[in-house]
Amino acid sequence: MSDPVGPAPGSLGARGRLLVVEGLDGSGKSTQARLLVKWLQSRGYRVFFTEWNSSDLVSNVIRRGKKKGLLTPTTFALLHATDFADRLERQILPPLRAGYFVVCDRYCYTAYVRDAARGCDPDWVRSMYSFAPTPDKVLYFRVPVQISLDRKLASREPISYYEAGMDLHLSDDLVESYQRFQSALRRGYEKLVTSDHLVPIDAAKPVEQVLARVRGEVKPLLTGFPKMETLVHG
Amino acid sequence: MVRTYGTRIPNLPKRDLPGHLIVVEGADGSGRTTEVELLREWLEIQGHPVVDTGLRRSTLVSKQIDRAKRGHTLGATTMALFYAADFADQLENKILPALAAGSTVLADRYTYTLMARAIVRGATREYAQELYAFAFEPDLIVFLDARTEILLHRAIAKYGSLDYWESGMDLSLSRDRFESFFAYQALLKKEFDWMARTYGFHRVDANRTPFQVHRDVKALVAALFGKRVRVEIGGEASPRLTSEPEVSGLGSVANGDA
Repeated sequence: MSDPVGPAPGSLGARGRLLVVEGLDGSGKSTQARLLVKWLQSRGYRVFFTEWNSSDLVSNVIRRGKKKGLLTPTTFALLHATDFADRLERQILPPLRAGYFVVCDRYCYTAYVRDAARGCDPDWVRSMYSFAPTPDKVLYFRVPVQISLDRKLASREPISYYEAGMDLHLSDDLVESYQRFQSALRRGYEKLVTSDHLVPIDAAKPVEQVLARVRGEVKPLLTGFPKMETLVHG
Repeated sequence: MVRTYGTRIPNLPKRDLPGHLIVVEGADGSGRTTEVELLREWLEIQGHPVVDTGLRRSTLVSKQIDRAKRGHTLGATTMALFYAADFADQLENKILPALAAGSTVLADRYTYTLMARAIVRGATREYAQELYAFAFEPDLIVFLDARTEILLHRAIAKYGSLDYWESGMDLSLSRDRFESFFAYQALLKKEFDWMARTYGFHRVDANRTPFQVHRDVKALVAALFGKRVRVEIGGEASPRLTSEPEVSGLGSVANGDA
């Protein structure tokens, strides 16, 4: 594997598995991640699910900074890295080392593409995240930007200022800005397919087909991975 | 032209910035804060507009950092990144505009202290260097270098005790605070010595009185501005100088501290 993010989970004494889902907003990755978690649980595996941006202390700062418009691309990048580090130390590494199948909705790859799209030096962003263990697999939910936008518009959730990259002043129009910003993110993800071995999944297809594809990609990771009873009874 | 340590933050102006960045580094008890005050006074008398800055003063993050420290809740990597975010906020919102306006920015500690703290808590030197590669290269870095015994006595004289963080108690080096203080300061010293070589610190012997330290620092700053200072560098203070208003002020500070 070329250009690893950090130490492989094994080197941290991990017996678990680390699976990451990545993709644009509206790519269906979160839905698929939740379905995957249910499926793994029903088959008797210990699963731990975690999402980006959920640690209290730092996310308060990020929320406040966003609201007051205090964030620059650099502080935005550093605060998200802080949040990620906190989540990794507290939420991801302990279950991983305890032998869980950890599913992460977004990982450092989100930061790679997002911070680069905001003009940060990509090498600098990577170096910030060099403490993150390399996942066993990264599923990239690939959709055209138009689908991302259509799904976003159809949902009840409004497009946020930062999701649309409005801070970059690409356009005064929220939708147009969203399209341009998400296109930049998409180009970033496509590069990572080669450089970081992200596994592209055609997420424009019907849900059942995507589901089958996801399960097919996950199955090899279950080889030699113990179910709950085995862990408990040795 | 603003030079950085390798990474350019977005929106950095291409043109030259007329201001100067002067950094004063040194452990707690090295006389750093006293020196920064004296230097500010002196620079302003010389006609330089001064903006001072320190660590952990940004509006964005500092409250949350205080909260995190109180609860000891965040891990080492998280804290290192949090401090970096705080520093970036000050760099972009305070240091950069001040330099653009032609001010002299006087920094009471800079990235070097943050790097040293991160490294002794487990970050690699390479990680710390890359993390702070967006920082501006100062025009002058003054390093107030004092022996640990001196730092110890000054801490006790000032606070009557040894501070939890300045003793590195979070590192579990020793349960004894006195021992931990020495062990922690030794670890920091090693990193400062490495950075002094790497980044070209100007080392000033801070085992002496504030007056003697200030005389040496003034000479360094004067050299930066291409000015002559009427002091004998390295020798005893000239008696004639004590009649100068700003220097007689220093004399009293020196006596007050002794």
